[in-house]
Amino acid sequence: MKHLKELSILIIALLIITSCSDDDNPIIVVEEEVITTMTITLTPDGGGTSTIMQTRDDDGDGPNPPVVTNPVNLAANTTYTGSIELLNELESPAEDITEEVEELDDEHQFFFSATNAIATFDYTDQDDDGNPVGLNFTLTTGNAGTGTVTVSLIHEPMKDASGVSDGDITNAGGEEDISETFNVVVQ
Amino acid sequence: MKHIIGIIACCICNLAYCQNCTSSLNGYIEDFHDGTPISGATIYIETLNTYKTSDINGKFTIKNICDGKLVIVVSHLACDTKRVEIDIEGETNYELNLEHHIEELDEIKINGKINSKLTKTSQESVLNTETIERFSALNLGDALKQVSGVSAINTGNAIVKPVINGLHSSRISVITNGVLLQDQEWGIEHAPNIDLNSAGTINVIKGANALAYSGDAIGGVIVLKPTNISLKDSLYGKTILSAQTNGRGYNVVSSLTKCWKKGWFINGQASLKRFGDFEAPNYNLTNTGLETKGINLNTGFKTFEKGFNINYSYLTNEIGILRAAHIGSINDLVDAINNTEPILIEDFSYDINAPRQEVTHQIFKAEFYKRFKRFGRFEFQYDFQDNQRFEYDVRRTDDNKPAIDLNLKTHSIRADLKLDANIKAIYNFGVSARYQNNFANPDTGIRRLIPDYDKYDIGVFAISNLKWGDKTNLDFGVRYDFNSIDAKKFYLKSRWEERNYSQDFNDIIIDDVGNQFLANPVYNFHNVSLSAGISHKISSSQSILFNYGLSQRSPNPSELFSDGLHHSAARIELGDLRIKQERSNRFGGTYQLNTSKLQLNVEGFVNHIKDFIQIIPFGTEQTIRGAFPVWNYTQTDAFLFGVDVTANYDFNDQWRINNKSAFIKGRDTKAKTALIDMPAFRTVNILGYTNKKWLGYNASLESEWVFRQNDYPNYNFETLNPTTQQMVLVDISTPPPAYDLLHFRNDITVLLSDKTNLNIGLYVSNIFNTSYREYLNRLRYFADDLGRNFMLQLKLNY
Repeated sequence: MKHLKELSILIIALLIITSCSDDDNPIIVVEEEVITTMTITLTPDGGGTSTIMQTRDDDGDGPNPPVVTNPVNLAANTTYTGSIELLNELESPAEDITEEVEELDDEHQFFFSATNAIATFDYTDQDDDGNPVGLNFTLTTGNAGTGTVTVSLIHEPMKDASGVSDGDITNAGGEEDISETFNVVVQ
Repeated sequence: MKHIIGIIACCICNLAYCQNCTSSLNGYIEDFHDGTPISGATIYIETLNTYKTSDINGKFTIKNICDGKLVIVVSHLACDTKRVEIDIEGETNYELNLEHHIEELDEIKINGKINSKLTKTSQESVLNTETIERFSALNLGDALKQVSGVSAINTGNAIVKPVINGLHSSRISVITNGVLLQDQEWGIEHAPNIDLNSAGTINVIKGANALAYSGDAIGGVIVLKPTNISLKDSLYGKTILSAQTNGRGYNVVSSLTKCWKKGWFINGQASLKRFGDFEAPNYNLTNTGLETKGINLNTGFKTFEKGFNINYSYLTNEIGILRAAHIGSINDLVDAINNTEPILIEDFSYDINAPRQEVTHQIFKAEFYKRFKRFGRFEFQYDFQDNQRFEYDVRRTDDNKPAIDLNLKTHSIRADLKLDANIKAIYNFGVSARYQNNFANPDTGIRRLIPDYDKYDIGVFAISNLKWGDKTNLDFGVRYDFNSIDAKKFYLKSRWEERNYSQDFNDIIIDDVGNQFLANPVYNFHNVSLSAGISHKISSSQSILFNYGLSQRSPNPSELFSDGLHHSAARIELGDLRIKQERSNRFGGTYQLNTSKLQLNVEGFVNHIKDFIQIIPFGTEQTIRGAFPVWNYTQTDAFLFGVDVTANYDFNDQWRINNKSAFIKGRDTKAKTALIDMPAFRTVNILGYTNKKWLGYNASLESEWVFRQNDYPNYNFETLNPTTQQMVLVDISTPPPAYDLLHFRNDITVLLSDKTNLNIGLYVSNIFNTSYREYLNRLRYFADDLGRNFMLQLKLNY
């Protein structure tokens, strides 16, 4: 049958196509989007040693939990100047995500909250629209006590929504890029 | 092909020498398939303008004719009419083959009303062209809901996947124009890349009883066939225009076909669909627009005995996904579930921003077939498919850089032999081979969700259809499939340990890069499928059918390799290298009643699936964004059973009622809980009115009532709200309440000329603008389903 010839040509063509697949290994992908490390440096007004609050997740969205500074020790009734550094340490050298947030500061905002009235927060930076960002802020401690401080970074918050520019996360919407709670001892 | 056996010189020399017009023709007409003589065929002698009829032995004689060319036209009931030219020289013998029992074969002409089923003993339903055209602006999944027992699992309103008797994705095979669709069908947010408008009919076969198509379709098989081409000189076409209020968009489909009597045909179709943001009853569904472009080109040659067909189709879909459904953390999910409205609502827009999908599917197919006399039909096909999937997430830096960039290329060949010489025993044998390559582009900067892999499949099957008397059909089928997957995947070392792979799989690690391992898992699966069925006509109006199917399905790449965070669900999804095949044993039974007023179809099934693969919550993992639930692919044993009812009652020529109901239960027999994502009881009641005198006026009022799914597994869990430091419930399991929607549609048909008619239809869906959410919609946590919609459709046939 002449069709057998056509059939065999097609089969051969298919075999050629399949045998062309290369055996090269795929290229590794290092996660670009992830923030692995948030380091908050708190410097007491009037001098003194800085305090570090850090959360670091060395496998990104992998199974290992982040390593978090625990507890964070702060002095009572003190105002600290805070600054935040964000890194993606999966990349080598580590990628500085702080710069990205600075560039797109209208699309980002940090939110701070504390339990047991151990601290209050004020923004000391602004985006081009005059809304707060939170890469720079002040933290003022209250009387001695223990509690938690939660720091969240929201991507694409609705900064115009009620209370958002005052630091209230309730109406912010957007998506959480970071949400970390620190145990804090004020003494 | 003309089967001229030979022209025998006449022996009556005297007459031949002397007179020209004393020649004769001895004709014999037989059946192409089994060679039996055909009696009672009409022979029209064009040259003489006279008629003859073949006798009981299939013979006829035309006497006293002149030498030279004689044109006869032979026709017979249930046969294709044949016109032949015969050279007459003296006493001429001529044998002619007619395709008798043509009604038994695939090539039957469909005049729009008669439904052609592909199987005799399966639970099969057919959607005709008219129904498909009504869904022209929607999706395959929407259209298939017209079949009782078929529901849909959605991601919003534009990504709709069919669910047959509770099963979907890899458990359903979709065949379009003879091509088994290969388009990353495993994911729930991956809708089949099918332009519904390219189909003339759609057959839905429940269960794995259509072994000619695939062996692993535990849920069922969906077969889309193009409109049949008639073998006459003609040029015809169709244009559908529709515009609708919800989504403020339009849909245009146009097709043109040219065919020639000799069998050549060429056909082209283009479609374009554009919608902006859709609306729920109370708000805009921001970023739910879509744009679809499709082209379908078809050419070939087709006769009863042989033919070929070359087909190219291109379909690209750009689909916006509800902006509010893209979330960063579990707190966002809790907020979304607890809020009655989506977190982000903007004014109407046609813009399609991230999150969005851009999927292009191309199919090239070449097929040819040949029929052999008194033997059967041989068919050979090659097809190539290219599926390019981009998914864009809301990214911190560049929304125009895809988060997922997968390219799936598939080459398939298929050979099929059908022995149909004996209509009482038809045998079908086939072999198929497939090579597939998946390439996950690393430029996304996001770890691959699905790794690079090569996949090889080989399948062989044998099917018999036996007729036992006039009333009983018996089917048996067996199929063997070999599937081989060779993947190369990077694992985070921490994930490798967490999965406990270091115990069993350290030998497949081929490279160690930073904090990741490169592994090379290779799988070989051997699957056997069996099918048996019997159908019996109890009386002229009643028939019953029973069937059994055993089928095995190999795990798909997502079940084996999935590894990543899904933003739309705020969950980490993990495959498992240890997953094996699942095996289904399904019994089905159908009762059919067909009287002049009442048509009733009741289908029941039980399906036991051993090692059923499902994705269920497993625990939580802590990240810098807070806790995420981890969803794991695991295996259990499942038991599903259900009843699907379709009933139609005609009061008179004008009024009718119709009911379609589907009941299904799915149990996890190991965990002793309900199965996740099982469709709730659904009943559709339609009151229809037709009046042929009013320009063929049709109207129907439809009530679609979906109950609440009360049988669901509870996977709710608690998480810490960091702001309030309180534990809050993450209610991901509780199904939404029942809903009842009312739809209305009516249409008229205006004859513009002999060959041109215009059908004008006005449809209103969700008349009362009811707010509702559907359990099987993945975006039900975030927003209501669609509100009221008016659609005007113009359908021009020319």
